[in-house]
Amino acid sequence: MSWSPIDTWICIIAVLCAAACALPGCILVLRRMSLMGDAISHTVLPGIAIAFLVTGSREPTAMLIGAVIIGLLTAFLVQAIETLGRIETGAAIGIVFTVLFAIGLVLMRQAVDHVDIDPDCVLYGAVEFAYFDQVTIGSLSIPRAAVVNGIALLANAAIILIFYKEFKITSFDPALARTQGIRPNKMHYLLMTMTAATAVAAFETVGSILVIAMLIVPAATAYLLTDKYGAMFVVAICIAIIAAIGGHISAVIIPPIFGFSGTSTAGAMAVVVGFLFLLA
Amino acid sequence: MALGVAAGLVGTFLLLRKRALTADALSHATLPGITVAFMVMVAFGTEGKSMLGLMTGAFVFGCIGVLLILGIRRTTKLKDDAAIGIVLSVLFGLGLCLLRLATEMPSGNAAGLNGFIFGKAASMVASDTKVIASVALCTGFIVAAFRKEFTALCFDENFGAVQGWPILRLDIVLMSLVAIVTVIALQSVGLVLAVAILIIPAASARYWCTKIGSLLVVSAIIGCLGGWLGGVVSALVPRMPTGPVIVLVCGGWFIISFIFGPVNGIVARQWRIWRLNRRVAMQHILRAVYEVSSQKEACDFESILKCRSWSRAKVKKLLSRLRKEKYATNTKDHWALTTSGTQEATRVVRNHRLWEVYLINYADIAPNHVDRDADMIEHVLGSSMVQKLEALLGSDKIPSSPHPLGASS
Repeated sequence: MSWSPIDTWICIIAVLCAAACALPGCILVLRRMSLMGDAISHTVLPGIAIAFLVTGSREPTAMLIGAVIIGLLTAFLVQAIETLGRIETGAAIGIVFTVLFAIGLVLMRQAVDHVDIDPDCVLYGAVEFAYFDQVTIGSLSIPRAAVVNGIALLANAAIILIFYKEFKITSFDPALARTQGIRPNKMHYLLMTMTAATAVAAFETVGSILVIAMLIVPAATAYLLTDKYGAMFVVAICIAIIAAIGGHISAVIIPPIFGFSGTSTAGAMAVVVGFLFLLA
Repeated sequence: MALGVAAGLVGTFLLLRKRALTADALSHATLPGITVAFMVMVAFGTEGKSMLGLMTGAFVFGCIGVLLILGIRRTTKLKDDAAIGIVLSVLFGLGLCLLRLATEMPSGNAAGLNGFIFGKAASMVASDTKVIASVALCTGFIVAAFRKEFTALCFDENFGAVQGWPILRLDIVLMSLVAIVTVIALQSVGLVLAVAILIIPAASARYWCTKIGSLLVVSAIIGCLGGWLGGVVSALVPRMPTGPVIVLVCGGWFIISFIFGPVNGIVARQWRIWRLNRRVAMQHILRAVYEVSSQKEACDFESILKCRSWSRAKVKKLLSRLRKEKYATNTKDHWALTTSGTQEATRVVRNHRLWEVYLINYADIAPNHVDRDADMIEHVLGSSMVQKLEALLGSDKIPSSPHPLGASS
């Protein structure tokens, strides 16, 4: 299989998406909240489904808002069940996200008559086809997914740069943060918003389930490689980029050796990043 | 449904062992197992859809997933959550890759494999049902047989080790039970939601009882009802996928338990807090009336009001409650305790003063501070505690107050 402009675009999209995910992922891993990332990336599905049912269109902004609302709802519910119900965090997360995910699946099935969103695509991602959905900016014709993920990356980078110190303090010492007048709760929900928004941007590319691979694994690998807070972000982004490019290359190149015509890029990205983790 | 029962049973232990989300990783890890099993079977020329074969593959990979999590946790500085997330996503990604390859395999028809992700109870055939039922039955027996050992494993590992039980092996047995249940749950609810039927019934049961035996029973019942109701609803309503509906029914159960459960439910707890507050307020007013009337001739509203910082309305309400419970009577603005009221007040005041004396003598707290401290503890002093205090302080009368009574206290 030969390399074409399409492959280049796929790589760019995958890189943007992976890097965008790696940023909030670092903070999640440091806060031992990786599984909140898991939960939120699952609950993006009902958010999208509800946004679709309400607006009746595939308007990206509507989907983004829907998903962010549901993501925040997830974070809120988990906390409520944990404190009010005296259940450990893991179980609370498990309950909330499975129920919301089930609602999402039912809604999708109910709406299946007049819908052109495909649950399979939402879940597994189809970076291979993202190229064909293009928008024109100026004279350039760019795949929409690249734009969306690029914006997500920039937004995340901006937020993290602005609140760099705040995230650092709240992650390591919430009590100190409170004395300094930073509200840990606010930062918590800001982080959750970031995660949800990134998950929406990325779900088209890697699928809502593999968002978690892109969120956690690069960050965890970086965590093993460095013990500086700032360096962790940089390393995580590098790993994410390697994983994205490596993932696509291996998806395209390895299978033909065994006589297949190529496999899922999203899946391969996850495998490559897992391999990198093993190396670390 | 048999599946619900088995899941409820195993889930209880899983939850108590604080491993709820390990099941999530495990269920995602089964996907590569299924596809690998499928590919192997196709390669050997069979049809590739044998339920048993697929299940074996899923089971093996589920176990690999759990071992990987344990391994990552042991060898690196990463915490549980990150380990689970990594294993879950990477294995699932591997599964997706393999799935894509499997659909392109020359022989064999991989179309059905997709169904495992979301579940498709409707397409199960009779033989599948039999397999599930028998596996569930076995799980039930194993849980019953190892109940005592699992309980020890969950609550006090070291105790179990001291007893000479092979803790590690028991842990493995438990996790493989979880893997088995997950694998049979794949068919009906799908792998994303398999974790739900493990966790939710068990978590709901926590709100109904505290004993492990009854916990198991309740959890099994909830799981069973969830499976049954979910099945019925999805059969009756068109376009209702079975798996999510089962999970939703379980979720509904959880919400009901969460709010109304007698052990830790919100309503029950608020009720208990309310009752405690009420009792504390009662004791406060009793002590106030007692102390005022032991000092002055006339125990009127104003002097009771000065005893502590409470509002007029509150004092009025409490006094009328005293009258209703026949602890006190009043003639106009003069309040007096009845016989039963005096008894109760004596007990309360005595607890309070005993604790005050104890604090002064043994905790070196200044006499003018102890009133507030004693205030907090006196309501929860048990009778055995009071006896101990009596023995320690050598008095069975009411000690006189170590600080001046009155408006300032």
